[in-house]
Amino acid sequence: MQTATSHRFKENARTALDDPALQKALGNFQENFIDRRARAAARLPEFDALRDAARDIKDHVLENLDFYLERFEAKVVEAGGQVHWCTDADAARSAVLEICRAAGARTVTKGKSMIGEEIALNEHLAAHGIEPVETDLGEYIIQLRHEPPSHLIAPAIHVNKDQIADAFRAAHADLDPARPLGEAPALLAEARARLRSRFLAADVGITGANFLIAETGSTVIVTNEGNGDLTQTLPRVHIVLASLEKVVPTLEDASTILRVLARSATGQEFSVYTTFSTGPRRPNDLDGPEQFHVILLDNGRSRMLGTEFQDMLRCIRCGACLNHCPVYQAVGGHAYGWVYPGPMGAVLTPSLLGVGEAGHLPNASTFCGRCESVCPMRIPLPKMMRHWREREFERHLAPAAARHGLRLWAFLARRPALYRFAAAIAAGLLGAFGRRRGRFRSLPLAGGWTAHRDLPAPEGRTFQQLWAKRRRVS
Amino acid sequence: MSAARQQILDALRRSLRRDVLPEADRVALEARLAAPKPGLIPARSRSDGRARVAQFLKMAEEAAATVTHLPSLRDVPGAVTDYLARENLPAALRLAPDPRLQSLPWAGRPLLSISTGRSDGSDPVSLTPAFAGIAETGTLVLLSGAETPTTLNFLPDTHIVLLEAGDIVGAYENVWPLLRARFGAAAMPRTVNLITGPSRSADIEQTLQMGAHGPRRLHILLVDEQEATR
Repeated sequence: MQTATSHRFKENARTALDDPALQKALGNFQENFIDRRARAAARLPEFDALRDAARDIKDHVLENLDFYLERFEAKVVEAGGQVHWCTDADAARSAVLEICRAAGARTVTKGKSMIGEEIALNEHLAAHGIEPVETDLGEYIIQLRHEPPSHLIAPAIHVNKDQIADAFRAAHADLDPARPLGEAPALLAEARARLRSRFLAADVGITGANFLIAETGSTVIVTNEGNGDLTQTLPRVHIVLASLEKVVPTLEDASTILRVLARSATGQEFSVYTTFSTGPRRPNDLDGPEQFHVILLDNGRSRMLGTEFQDMLRCIRCGACLNHCPVYQAVGGHAYGWVYPGPMGAVLTPSLLGVGEAGHLPNASTFCGRCESVCPMRIPLPKMMRHWREREFERHLAPAAARHGLRLWAFLARRPALYRFAAAIAAGLLGAFGRRRGRFRSLPLAGGWTAHRDLPAPEGRTFQQLWAKRRRVS
Repeated sequence: MSAARQQILDALRRSLRRDVLPEADRVALEARLAAPKPGLIPARSRSDGRARVAQFLKMAEEAAATVTHLPSLRDVPGAVTDYLARENLPAALRLAPDPRLQSLPWAGRPLLSISTGRSDGSDPVSLTPAFAGIAETGTLVLLSGAETPTTLNFLPDTHIVLLEAGDIVGAYENVWPLLRARFGAAAMPRTVNLITGPSRSADIEQTLQMGAHGPRRLHILLVDEQEATR
């Protein structure tokens, strides 16, 4: 699997906060994602009802996942394709490599796939002499920069134009040094021209899947660039990478979820290309692949089923929870240290990698609840982050200071009289000391807070005291 | 079947705290698959007649497709010639080998160089027929087949699509029964493309740019026989 640095979230976040280029790149969420999603949602009066319906469809699928996967497989085979069941990343990588070798593949084009990232497929193919070429513009950019994506749908969101130009000049050896690459259209034109020849030359095309349709054995991709379609139409072999929970029963069910996907992701009414692929090319077809393979990956998901994390398997990877998260907006995706960033990553990564590696991610939340409020599949992300925090605490993985602090607080909270007494002393003392300036620049035991901002001083009375006084007056 | 397959299915059933589905449950799920029911269809997609065509136009143009109205199929060659001249595009057209397109009066346009077949990437302009249009989002439905190669939808810089107004439906869910009627229950052509506007990307500094890897232009020739008699 992809190597993780999730256990170093705090250090990663600090590095991210001190990176001015990254901070500038993260500056446009409000306009480009939040406002657009809000407008698209407001334009469709049925939007919230569709979210309910989408949630119900996925819940139904998860309760009957074995049935729908078996049905999906039967239909793929009927259409002339093959399904490869893979328990873990290693098995999935091997299956892909075997198909590529059997096809005598030298280069492989790839559409965007988070599963491809999860199983670290590119590294594996390259190590075995097969060149993988990412074709989504953002994925291509980060492949040249040798880094992982930092967003589910905008993988190169952390990169600026100058950095892209540098990456292109370094990788495209015959590029005229005098050719200007300062503006976005020039960069796009360069990438388009480069990748066009790669599309036409590739032996195998690998895409992800937004949905698998049990009714027909179809796989579905949703893109705006058209790269996924060129990837899966031109080469002799099409491989689809999908995790188990992508299956939905029928074309009608997929339609319902598609209505909330694009609106939540980019604020579009519908993405430009939604493509259903079923088996290889038919006998009289003039184009399309001769082979159709679906890699069906478990990698820890069957273990999530039936637990308090089952709802996470409804996720359709739209990225809305990232876009609306104040923590993600501040530190970007790389700080999360693995493939899945933001609130969905904070829940999914510990499920897939274990709480030992990723137990810290669920702490990177203010519990403001915006992620859940915009999630098209109504996944209770904050609740699940709380579950992870409990597990981290139970397993003694939290730092000693946090554990002792929580214990002390719990001791007081269970004794209301003592709690009121202690709170009154604390508020009174802080109020007296902070009266002159109204805030503290530093405070014992609160260095983590005061290193970056002042702590506002309380007025001298506790909330409970003020509340009691108010009730007496009225 | 593979050991991994059994291992995964066993793990799923363990997590679901049950064995293979009981027969009654399985029959119910089979029935759900055999008679797919549409879910909630937005009100805007339930219009008909002129309103439906108008809804399609509005949404297609919003997605940056361009549209020319034609009263008859016979007007298609002239409309293609005019469009290419207007956009300063080469007068060379790659046609899908679709009988409806092949039977059009192309001979009256001698300056237009016409070829037929799939695309190898060298064609600047293609013309393909749409199976249907979806008013809800201005979306075209294109199918792969012996007469409609998929490469024509993605490789040329300019993609022209012929759509008959009578083939415009309200919602995505109106397309699936048409496919089942043509290909049989639970069967599909290799590729079904839902296309809404020309290719685009916002991967460079979140700035929207048209023409990423697919066509830079998507032009729809909407043949509306009723339009002529109205």
